Amino acid sequence: MAVTTYSLPKLPYAYDALEPAISGQIMELHHSKHHQAYVTNLNKALQSHVAAATAGDIATQIALQPVIRFNGGGHINHSLFWLNLAPTASAEANPDSARALVAEIDKTWGSLDAFKKAFAAALLAIQGSGWGWLVREDGPARSLRIVTTKDQDPVVGGEVPVFGVDMWEHAYYLQVCAHLTPFVTPNPLPSRGSFPCGSMSLCLCVSLPCYACVHASLSSHREC
Amino acid sequence: MSSTLLRTAPALRGALRAAGAGAIKPAAALASTSFVRGKATLPDLSYDYGALEPFISGKIMELHHKKHHQTYVTGLNSALDTIAEAESKGDHTKAATVAPLLNFHGGGHVNHSLFWENLAPASRDGGGEPSGSLKTAINDDFGSFDTFRKQMNTALAGIQGSGWAWLVKDKQTGTLGLVTRANQDPVAGPYTPLLGIDAWEHAYYLQYENRKAEYFEAIWNVVNWKTVAARFEKN
Repeated sequence: MAVTTYSLPKLPYAYDALEPAISGQIMELHHSKHHQAYVTNLNKALQSHVAAATAGDIATQIALQPVIRFNGGGHINHSLFWLNLAPTASAEANPDSARALVAEIDKTWGSLDAFKKAFAAALLAIQGSGWGWLVREDGPARSLRIVTTKDQDPVVGGEVPVFGVDMWEHAYYLQVCAHLTPFVTPNPLPSRGSFPCGSMSLCLCVSLPCYACVHASLSSHREC
Repeated sequence: MSSTLLRTAPALRGALRAAGAGAIKPAAALASTSFVRGKATLPDLSYDYGALEPFISGKIMELHHKKHHQTYVTGLNSALDTIAEAESKGDHTKAATVAPLLNFHGGGHVNHSLFWENLAPASRDGGGEPSGSLKTAINDDFGSFDTFRKQMNTALAGIQGSGWAWLVKDKQTGTLGLVTRANQDPVAGPYTPLLGIDAWEHAYYLQYENRKAEYFEAIWNVVNWKTVAARFEKN
């Protein structure tokens, strides 16, 4: 039985291309280490699964299900995630690039800003590791909806994932530490000359929370 | 469970202070504060933030204690307030919907309180191997200390997402076992938690990044076996 071998997809932008919103260090670890681990462990699990299927070993096949779900989900989720991000200055990061979607969002939540607020609230309510998703529902109406999934559970079945945000701590911790709000708040990172708030060093994370920084007036927080 | 860590700020003390100032008589103070619930508070650590270095960095410890644990304490108090308010209005539906928050923040508070106490600087009580009756029990139930350690690390590595691994004692049989818990679910029911290791990324990421296996190896150097043995003997 032939096994499909999955591989780590290349990013369509450089690791540091999402700065200052997401640091290059986070992107590099996230892609080259975390995503790679899901791919490696998915391939391993699928190999073992085929071997168990060939041997007629149903118990092992069942035991592998959670491993395939976790690592396969991790691979699917991150592959979607990289593609639903783009450098701030690019045309793709402008809502005008998605007029039909924005119209549908307006229809559903009233405005893009109202959607972002509802989405941020759903993300912040995740207990533990997980993802927040904008999905298109199955069924005749095909309406938009916000859902969250735990760990690496993927959006599969009838719903179509439109846009996903990784809420694992590895997705933001090196940059915003314990302060989640700026990560998920619309336009959270006011640039300050060549030293944007979001790229503050780790030691400053402790003494000068990003949250305070983001919400402070720019002039009064030069040290940030 | 440790009463020093899971302490509450007694409402009574404040009331008696007020009585001492002549505002109200002690009896009245008791009556008037009988409905006031003690608030959960962040416990102090018995060592400095930097004391577990180089195995756990001071920065991790500071954020973990001052920000993360504090958030659970605040969330727990807020969940309890919401429940009390809902109950006072007879709104049981509202009270029931707070249950997940109570479990998450209450569990986070309990877990971290146990965690800080089952760690210690390597220069003091941290590291090494257990002795006495705990050592015997580990040998009996796992074969050897080394096997136990390996199994605990395997359990930690197998956690999918955020969670904890615990060495527990079965209340009925007295035997030791390993369990994992998702997110901040506390160890309860038939088990007494003896040793907990936090496998959330915030527990290691600033120092170990994605190399969590290195953190799971390193933390044994700062396990406080004295505390673990005391929990084992008491329960």
